[in-house]
Amino acid sequence: MTLATFLIQCLNALQYGLLLFLVASGLTLIFGIMGVINLAHGSFYMIGAYMAYALAPFVGATFGGGFFATLAVGLVLAVLFGYLLEWAFFSFLYEREHLQQVLMTYGLILVFEELRSLIVGDDVHGVAPPPLLAGTLPLGELMTYPVYRLFISGVCLALALGMYFVFTRTRLGMMIRAGSTNREMVQSLGIDIKFLYRVVFAAGVAIAVLAGMVAAPVSSVYPGMGGTVLIICFVVVVIGGIGSIRGALLASLLIGVVDTFGKVFVPQAAGVLVYVLMALILLWKPDGLFKAG
Amino acid sequence: MALGAQAPWGGPAGPSPMDRSKLLFVALAFGALALWPLAAGNYGIDLVTKIMIYAVFALSLELLVGGTGLVCFGQAAFFGVGAYATVLLSPADAAASVLWLLPACILLAALYALAVGALSVRTRGVYFIMVTLAFAQMAYYVVHDTPLGGGTDGIYLNARPVIGGWLDLGKPLPLYGFTLACLAGVFVGLALLLRSRLGRALAGIRVNEQRMRATGFSTYPYKLAAFTVSGGIAGLAGFLFAVKDGLVNPELMSWHLSGAVLIMIILGGLGHLRGALVGAFAFALLQELFKSEAIFGTFAKHWLLGLGLTIIASVALLPRGLVGVPAQLRERLLGRRGTLRGTRGGA
Repeated sequence: MTLATFLIQCLNALQYGLLLFLVASGLTLIFGIMGVINLAHGSFYMIGAYMAYALAPFVGATFGGGFFATLAVGLVLAVLFGYLLEWAFFSFLYEREHLQQVLMTYGLILVFEELRSLIVGDDVHGVAPPPLLAGTLPLGELMTYPVYRLFISGVCLALALGMYFVFTRTRLGMMIRAGSTNREMVQSLGIDIKFLYRVVFAAGVAIAVLAGMVAAPVSSVYPGMGGTVLIICFVVVVIGGIGSIRGALLASLLIGVVDTFGKVFVPQAAGVLVYVLMALILLWKPDGLFKAG
Repeated sequence: MALGAQAPWGGPAGPSPMDRSKLLFVALAFGALALWPLAAGNYGIDLVTKIMIYAVFALSLELLVGGTGLVCFGQAAFFGVGAYATVLLSPADAAASVLWLLPACILLAALYALAVGALSVRTRGVYFIMVTLAFAQMAYYVVHDTPLGGGTDGIYLNARPVIGGWLDLGKPLPLYGFTLACLAGVFVGLALLLRSRLGRALAGIRVNEQRMRATGFSTYPYKLAAFTVSGGIAGLAGFLFAVKDGLVNPELMSWHLSGAVLIMIILGGLGHLRGALVGAFAFALLQELFKSEAIFGTFAKHWLLGLGLTIIASVALLPRGLVGVPAQLRERLLGRRGTLRGTRGGA
C-alpha cells in the first residue's frame, strides 16, 4: 500500500467517522438529556438524503438555487419537522419506560419508511455534488482526492465545534446541561423545560437530516439506509458510552478506521468487523469508554 | 413474598378464580388448536402452523423480557441460527432424522446465545437493547456476506426431516401436529420453569436486580441461563420454520423480525405466557389484515404503515396488552377496585 493510498483511506475513514459522529451525537444527546431512546433517528438521516434528492428540482425551479439552497431549505424544514414531531409525539415518551419508547419509535420507523415509499417511491437514487465542489485535489503524483469528501469532513467538524461551543459557552447550553442533570430543579427555577427539550430535539433532528443531505452525493439514496446507519450509531453509543459526546466522537472515528481499513484488507468480513470491535470493547469496559457528560 | 406477575398457583385455599380462568383459557386455546385441522382447509392449516411457530418464538422472548426483564432486540439471530443449522446439517439428498437434527439445532442456537449472552448480560438497560441488536446484526452479516449462508438467495432444504419411518414433516398435517406438540411442550416447560426456584430468581432480578444482589444472589449466571434457554427455544422455532418453508435466507435474522417478535409479546401482554400466544395470533392476523388487497386495495403493499400505526396505538392505549383488556375494561366500568364486591382486586 503506497503512502498516497494510505492517505486516501485515512481521509475516507475520517470522513465516514465524522459523518457517523454527527448522526450518533444526536442520538446520544436525545437519550442523555431527555432519557428517550429514539429508534427513528436513522429515519431522519434517510429523510435528509431523500430530501436532497427530491427537493433539488423544486428548489431549483422556485428559488433558482442549487445544492446549497437545497441544504438551507432542507435545514429549515428539518427544524420545523423536529419541533412538530416532539410536540406531537415524543413529548409523550419522556415518562414511559425504555421498552415502550423502543416499540413506539420502532412503529415510527415503519410509518416513516412507508410514507417515504408513498411520497417518493422505493427507487435508489444518486445525487450530484454541486459543481463548485465536484473537483478533485491532487495527492502525491498519481492519486487525487474528491473535494466533496473533504467538504463533508469540514461540515461535520464545523458542526461538532459549533455544538461544543453552544454546550459549553452559551446560556442555552448551560440550561440544557442543567436540565439533563435535574429536570425538576430547572423547572422550579422558572426555565421552560418543555421548550428546552423541544429545541434540543429539533436540533438533533436537524443535525441528522443535514448529515443525510450532505452524505447523499457519496452514498446513494436507498430505502434501507436509515436502518443501517441506526445500528452503526448504536454501536457508536455502546462503545463510546451513552450520553457522552466525547465518547461518541472517539467511537465514531474508531469505527471509521476499522470499517474503512477492514474493507481494504478483509473485504469478506468487512460487515462483521465493527461488531467484533464492539464485542472486544465490551469485554474490557461493559459501560462504554466514557461516562456521560 | 409476592414476586411480580407470576404469582404462585394457589394461596392457602388452592387455585384462585383468576388462576382457574387462566387455566381454562389455555386449555380451550390448545383444544381449539388441536381441532382446527378438522375445520380448516390447507390454507388454514398452513397459516396456523406458521402462527404456532411464531408463538414458540414469542414464548422464547417472553422468558427473557417478561420473566427476567431483559429486553432483547436480537432474538431473530437465534431463530436464524436454528433455521440455518437445520438446512446446513441436513444431508443434501436424504431426509434427516428429527431425533438428532432437532436437538442439534437447538444446541447450536443455545451455544450462540451463550456466547452473545456472556458479553451482553454484563450490560444493563438501554445498553443491553443496543448490544443484542448489534450482535444480531453481526449474525445477519455473516450469513448475508459470506458463502456460509448462501448469500441473499438463501439455501433450500431439499428433504424434510422425518421421525423414524412414521412421521414425515414434509406433509402439512404431521407438521401441524408436531408444531402443536412443540408449542404445548414449550408452554408447559416454561410454566414449570417460571414457577421453579430458577424462575423465582429471574422474577426477583426483573423486579429489582440490585436487591437480589444484596441478598447474596449472583445475578449474572441466572441471567445468562435465561438468555441461553431462551436462545435454544428460539432455535427450535427456527427449526420448525425451516422445515415448514423449505428455504432459509438472511431476512430470518433481520432486526425487523426481532422487532416483530418483541411487538408480539407486548401486544399480547407482558408477564403472561398466554400473552405470547395471544400476541403471536393477533400479530399474524393483523399482518394478514393489512396485507389483504380486498380491504385495502393498492395500499396493501404499504401494509407496514398500518402495522406501525397499530404498534404505536397498542403501546399507547393497551399498557397491559390484549391479555389485560378484560381487567382494563373492568377497571373502567367498575372503578379502581375492579370488583363489585370490593374484596381483592385482581391476582
